Amino acid sequence: MMKRFAWTTAESPSAAASAASTICAEAMALTDGATDGAIVMAGGIDLLDLMKEGLLAPARLIGLRDIADFGAIDLERDGARLGAGITLAALAADARIRRRYPALAAAAAGAASPQIRNVATLGGNLLQRPRCWYFRSRHHRCLRRGGVHCFAHDGDNRYHAIFDNRRCAIVHPSTLATVLVALGADVQLTDAAGGSRRLPLEVFLTPPAGDLTRENILQPREILHAVHLPPISEGIRMAHSKRGEKDAFDWPLAEVAVVLDLEPGGRCRDAAVILGAAAPAPHRAVNAARQLVGAVIDEKRATAAAAAAIEDATPLADNGHKLPLFEALVRRTIMAAAQGRLEDSILR
Amino acid sequence: MNAGDDSAGGPSDSPTRAEPFPYGILGVDLARIVRSIPADEPPPLAPNAELAIIGRSATRLDARDKVTGASRFTVDVGLPGMLHGRILRSRFAHARIRSIDASAALRAPGVRAVEVLAQPTAPHGSNASTVRYVGQPLAAVAADSLAAVEEALQRIEVDYEPLPFVVDLATARRPTAPPVYTADDAPRGSASGYPAPAGLPLHGNVRGPAIVDRGDVARGFADADVEVESDYATQVQTHCCLEPHAIVADWRADGLTVHVSTQYTSGVRHELAEAFGLPLAAVRVIAKAIGGGFGSKSTLGVYGRLAVGLSRQARAPVRIVLDREEEQIDAGNRPSTWQRLRLGARRDGTLTAVRLTSYGSAGVGLGAGVWSLAERLYPCANFLGEQHDVFTNAGAGCAMRGPGAVPGAWGMEQAVDELAERLGIDPLALRDRIDPSPVRREERRIGAQRSGWFERRPPAADPGPIKRGIGCAQSLWMTNVQLNAACEVRVHRDGSVEVFSGVQDIGTGTGTVMAQVVAEVLGLTPQAITVRIGDTRFPAGPPSYGSRTTASITPPARTAAWHVLQSLFREAAPLLDADPAALFAHEGRIGVRDDPARSIALAQAAARSRTDFVSAVASRADDYAGFDVRMGDAAIARQYLGGVQFATVAVDTETGIVRVERVVAVQDCGRPINPRLIESQVQGGVLMGMSFALFEERLLDRHTGHMVNANLEQYKLAGACETPDIEVIVLENYQANSATDAYGIAEPANIATAPAIANAVYNAIGVRLRSLPITPAAVLAALGKIPSRDAP
Repeated sequence: MMKRFAWTTAESPSAAASAASTICAEAMALTDGATDGAIVMAGGIDLLDLMKEGLLAPARLIGLRDIADFGAIDLERDGARLGAGITLAALAADARIRRRYPALAAAAAGAASPQIRNVATLGGNLLQRPRCWYFRSRHHRCLRRGGVHCFAHDGDNRYHAIFDNRRCAIVHPSTLATVLVALGADVQLTDAAGGSRRLPLEVFLTPPAGDLTRENILQPREILHAVHLPPISEGIRMAHSKRGEKDAFDWPLAEVAVVLDLEPGGRCRDAAVILGAAAPAPHRAVNAARQLVGAVIDEKRATAAAAAAIEDATPLADNGHKLPLFEALVRRTIMAAAQGRLEDSILR
Repeated sequence: MNAGDDSAGGPSDSPTRAEPFPYGILGVDLARIVRSIPADEPPPLAPNAELAIIGRSATRLDARDKVTGASRFTVDVGLPGMLHGRILRSRFAHARIRSIDASAALRAPGVRAVEVLAQPTAPHGSNASTVRYVGQPLAAVAADSLAAVEEALQRIEVDYEPLPFVVDLATARRPTAPPVYTADDAPRGSASGYPAPAGLPLHGNVRGPAIVDRGDVARGFADADVEVESDYATQVQTHCCLEPHAIVADWRADGLTVHVSTQYTSGVRHELAEAFGLPLAAVRVIAKAIGGGFGSKSTLGVYGRLAVGLSRQARAPVRIVLDREEEQIDAGNRPSTWQRLRLGARRDGTLTAVRLTSYGSAGVGLGAGVWSLAERLYPCANFLGEQHDVFTNAGAGCAMRGPGAVPGAWGMEQAVDELAERLGIDPLALRDRIDPSPVRREERRIGAQRSGWFERRPPAADPGPIKRGIGCAQSLWMTNVQLNAACEVRVHRDGSVEVFSGVQDIGTGTGTVMAQVVAEVLGLTPQAITVRIGDTRFPAGPPSYGSRTTASITPPARTAAWHVLQSLFREAAPLLDADPAALFAHEGRIGVRDDPARSIALAQAAARSRTDFVSAVASRADDYAGFDVRMGDAAIARQYLGGVQFATVAVDTETGIVRVERVVAVQDCGRPINPRLIESQVQGGVLMGMSFALFEERLLDRHTGHMVNANLEQYKLAGACETPDIEVIVLENYQANSATDAYGIAEPANIATAPAIANAVYNAIGVRLRSLPITPAAVLAALGKIPSRDAP
């Protein structure tokens, strides 16, 4: 049950950053998640769950909803700036995003459930903690919560990582991150003095090697302020697919975002193939992309790329099914992107 | 005659009369049959087509309250001075309790009562207190606020001595497995499950076998032209009631009142009277709106007794509401099963032998059999069944929608399809040959037409990665009746009507069907009837489990209304200058049957009553044709309930994802009283069966004994996106057995779904899935696309 906490709101990003004396990951690495510090809250979807589950007990929460323009969408020349406070529902409904970044809008539209999308924010989606059931259990103090043991390795790991899973086998839970990394998005972090730093999302989602207690490099006294999307040139094609045991209100078993840059003749200039629900961070399938660049994309090429996408996977005892699943999904999503479809919609 | 007299013996020593009843299946063989019935039972009810209210889809009386949130569930009950209670539960799957010290909790701020269940181990291990699963209750605290309760629970010091444990069925069966119980402390019988009779031997963790041996199976198999043998397994499913278990206990000097979410108010009263040494008259149980039970609220259980104990100690009302994690780990479940089925048949399909061996686990409880479906659905002279219960360190199972029959059908209905394929016979044609039930024959006929069965193709006929298939399976369930079931009908001097019974409405629409039955008799509308139920102060209510509520409570409702109407006829007769026997009730009036122009308002007759209201109480008579089985208050009608379901599925052979696209469910429940409510029940049964087939599974960590998905997020329930198109067809199957001839529907609607889906998956991909749930991982493994996991 949730412990008592103080509630204040911040009216500017710097005020929020200045009040944010700690971050979720720091507090959760302590035995019972109790901290004297203050943590920021946007939609609260994940944060309040963690508190109700007895995994996190901050003394103070700082609400971000009063920050002006925190949920704004600005089109900058050909790119876009997304305020971290935009809800998934608003992101999914925005006509400009649907036109320019259709895979992003589709991913937002397919996340979680309608009720959650109405409240959950872009920032919260990127910063949410993993769903590993041992990490989420107050009865199991795992590596990621400052313990000494990964329970998933010899426990039930059917939903866990197939890449980068040697020490901790979580998968990154963010659907939007999968697409945003494929698009080459940046994040903008704002500090207490009002200063900002901007860095690629992919870098942001890469914590220092060996630090298993966090999924990103957000610091105390800093907030995730916005996401910047690069411009979309003429030949860009994108698609996003995911498959779970259920089609809604479930976490995907496999998720794939593909962004292709095609020459007028159809030859692939550049490609990004990113796998979600595969690794502790969105997983860039470098070998798959390599199969595509320089080629005209057809079924055979997509099949080769799909095989390359999983060739260096290291599945655990219970998650071998993710390999054929990813292989099928990578192939289908590449073809969907190449053919100008938004997603692979077979049997959904 | 005394309308309130429900103390008479059986029909044999009471006066009787003979009456002609509708009998048979509408559209097939509906005819008349003359039954000898107790003289105080009402005359036969015509087939539905000739009735005004029964057989029509009256709107639920509580529909508006439910959808606007006005319904008051137990969690909405707040009494003055009420305290909050919560339970301290074991963190270990198996441990000896060395000591438990709750003194600091008792001194904590706001704490008003502490109950300790676990007694520490005495020296040398005698009288040891042992916990056997994660979540087993140890103690409970009541305090002014939930926060104070939480605080206090953390101050209870428990010294555990962890013991080896086992949580999975296959490991627990091994002779070397850690014993969950010793021979002395192991449960012997079962309160809820099938078959688990008392007195079976215990070897390690295995209790049984419970044996049914009929004919000579060895000879039967020797006579067989063809045999099939396969193993089938089912997982643990949890009930997932939207409303958790909840109770508000109010112990006072003049008696105990509990508000509780229960499937059986009368049963809870008995449990509490016995547990606390109270006379029945001093215990009142109230259950208003109830958010589902599915078997898990059949008895009160430990949490309820803890709430009452806390209330007695604190001298204040105490509310305990289980949270979702507690619901998942300690509120009952459908046990897991493993069964081996061997069928022998002649070339024409005639069964020569059926052999069943099963092992099931209800955790620390019993009752994990696969029932007698394999023995009963297709009669076979030679049958040998050996069923075993296996103890594991997990929360006890309990009855869940079609207990035993659901895993029973999972095996048998696939085995019959496997036999049909081996024989080269269409699966429906084989069933036509070996299933003697005329009801299911008609259900198969209708379902085959509605489902597109005749366009069925050979297995794996689709060329692409997405493959579609169709499958069918049959249901069998006991036609349960509770004889300890009574109802009172009152018509007030102003003509207003009240109906009373202790029976509860767990969400099925019990109150609405009672109103329909009474309205039909009195010539009123269901909306004109005020139904007051869910309170043990009213006449004895039957339990709402075993699909028996409608069968048990609607006949006494009609009988009581009929007796009241006879009284009203006597009051009306002088006013109409007619014989009471010549009168009838219609649209709020009492008239002369042969001269309908002569009539008075029903209220006019009621106004002449000597007292404020005319009243009659009636109880459930025995089925007119007698029962198949009778045990105390419970009985089973002669003809069992059936049902045939057809599923159409699509399977993505590259991702392993299965989606059920359509289900046609053809069901029977005697006389249907409210088609829309029945349809709703059947849809619920199909959804629960599909969710069981594809998604749900309780997962226990084998190293820690904890349930890793003790929530509704990673314990996966089918949602709107996965819901197929469901077509429901309900037969009218008149049995001439009671004043309403109505029976239940909830369980039969849940039994055939999973095997119908499995048979459809086989038809789609040509590979049979014999273990549940049918997840993408399971499908990919069955298709040979990943290494298979060890079978249990």
